[in-house]
Amino acid sequence: MSDNSKRITIPIGPQHPALKEPGCFTITLEGEKVVNAVVGVGYNHRGLEKACESRTYIQDLYIIERVCGICSHTHSTAFCQGVEELVGVEISPRAKFIRVIMAELERLHSHLLWLGVAAHEIGFDTLFMYSWRDRELVLDMLAMLGGNRVNYGINTLGGVRRDITPEMKELIHKTLNIVEEQNKYYIDLALHETTLAARLSGIGKLSHEDAIKYGAVGPVARASMVKDDIRVSEPYAAYDQIPVKVVTDDHCDVFGRAVVRVLEIMESISMIRFALDNMPDGDLAVKFPRKVPAGEVFSRTEAPRGEDTHYIRGNGTDKPDRVRVRAASEANWHGMQHMLEGDYLADVPIIIAAIDPCYSCTDRAFIVKDLDHGDQRVWDWQSLKRYSVDWYKKRGFDASKIKLAERRI
Amino acid sequence: MSKNFFEKAVDWGRRKSPWIIHFNAGACNGCDIEVVDALTPRFDVERLGLLQQGTPRHADVLVCTGAVTLQTRDRLKQIYEQMPEPKFVLAVGSCACTGGIFDGCYCVSGGIDSVIPVDAYIPGCAARPEAIIDAVVKLLTALEQSQKAAD
Repeated sequence: MSDNSKRITIPIGPQHPALKEPGCFTITLEGEKVVNAVVGVGYNHRGLEKACESRTYIQDLYIIERVCGICSHTHSTAFCQGVEELVGVEISPRAKFIRVIMAELERLHSHLLWLGVAAHEIGFDTLFMYSWRDRELVLDMLAMLGGNRVNYGINTLGGVRRDITPEMKELIHKTLNIVEEQNKYYIDLALHETTLAARLSGIGKLSHEDAIKYGAVGPVARASMVKDDIRVSEPYAAYDQIPVKVVTDDHCDVFGRAVVRVLEIMESISMIRFALDNMPDGDLAVKFPRKVPAGEVFSRTEAPRGEDTHYIRGNGTDKPDRVRVRAASEANWHGMQHMLEGDYLADVPIIIAAIDPCYSCTDRAFIVKDLDHGDQRVWDWQSLKRYSVDWYKKRGFDASKIKLAERRI
Repeated sequence: MSKNFFEKAVDWGRRKSPWIIHFNAGACNGCDIEVVDALTPRFDVERLGLLQQGTPRHADVLVCTGAVTLQTRDRLKQIYEQMPEPKFVLAVGSCACTGGIFDGCYCVSGGIDSVIPVDAYIPGCAARPEAIIDAVVKLLTALEQSQKAAD
């Protein structure tokens, strides 16, 4: 019996009960062990980069917020600060602080959401319900500040749209106390509950070197001792005036990623408190021109899941020439195959969930340059046929060598 | 002809315990987390008998979010066809209702109703959990009325 006959290939997805979004995983098993995993994404590709090119900058803001419903604020911040840099406008210090407060509240809600989803994947539904109940408190704060529970729409080109009043400030402080108290319980649970530690330790390994090699970002990288955080390495908005402590962990596995996230919730809470107390006075938004000069800009923010980058090219009109979004999940997918290999099939859901995957963030279009065949962006039928014939020739199937018996008519 | 005891019991079960399946046809995640939110303690839509299922073969209600992308279009059709009769479809969010801001994109075929028939539309970006619960109640009320009319 050859090796291949012992292997089973299981397709999972795109509709599957584990995650809420469509993604297809082709997992090859040898017994219970994963020997190969292929990640298939692209079901959520909506073509929004192209849509941005046909709309004005202020309309694009609306689309960019809907790249992802979970980290919408970080996308709009990256886009806004990119366009502001192109125009050369400096926004007011108060607007910068409000952006930071929103971003950190978003991190709170995203990490609590992840904690629930991860707990659900390992069959710990009580924690799922607990953390989502506490997440509602954070959503209440976001709804109060932005006016909407999910896509807050607080950013505008040149500043922010809504102010934080003293009453709001007081209410946020009060609510944060409750969230902090609850989170202390989760930290205790994550660090000291032996069942949870035994379930999460040692699976989805990504060593320090591999994390750098595969270009992991955010909590996934920080759980492998990569001290990478855009808030520190390239402070944007008001992060240069707020003390940011980067949480890292040396477990290099799913357990480490959980620890990093629950500890980051605490850091976010103290950052929001600091920002609320030290918020300067000033205007909310400055006047912003309709037309943006020609030029290109690369803007980076730290999303809850890691580094989020936007590339914007202006051409002197009110519409951008090109917008490119690379969200954090896209960077983390590259290490996924490595993380899954060698683990058991039963660990697949939690390993996938541990990077906090977001398909709507990921699904942009790519053109992969094939260096062996020159830079062919569009293949016509003839070249595709030639490629297919050559590909099979290398594997010993040459149709031109097939000799047919002569036939007499 | 009026229904016998067994048929009445099936009707009652259908009304009191509709099982749902959630499918993301290309949403931004916003409506999806609100659908899950509706299942968690603050909104707790399970008190209406709703239970989330993993497979379409066990489900009565298909809860769909997002504008339908070309990649998911065939999958959505397959999932709809796999569901047993009678089946209902909820379109959650502006994108699911009409295609929303993604309508007209090269990779989007439109709202959910461009692929499968929809029974209830829930507008909103994102649709709030309260709106989702409201739609579920309206759907169940309509089901009860149609059952009574058939009886």
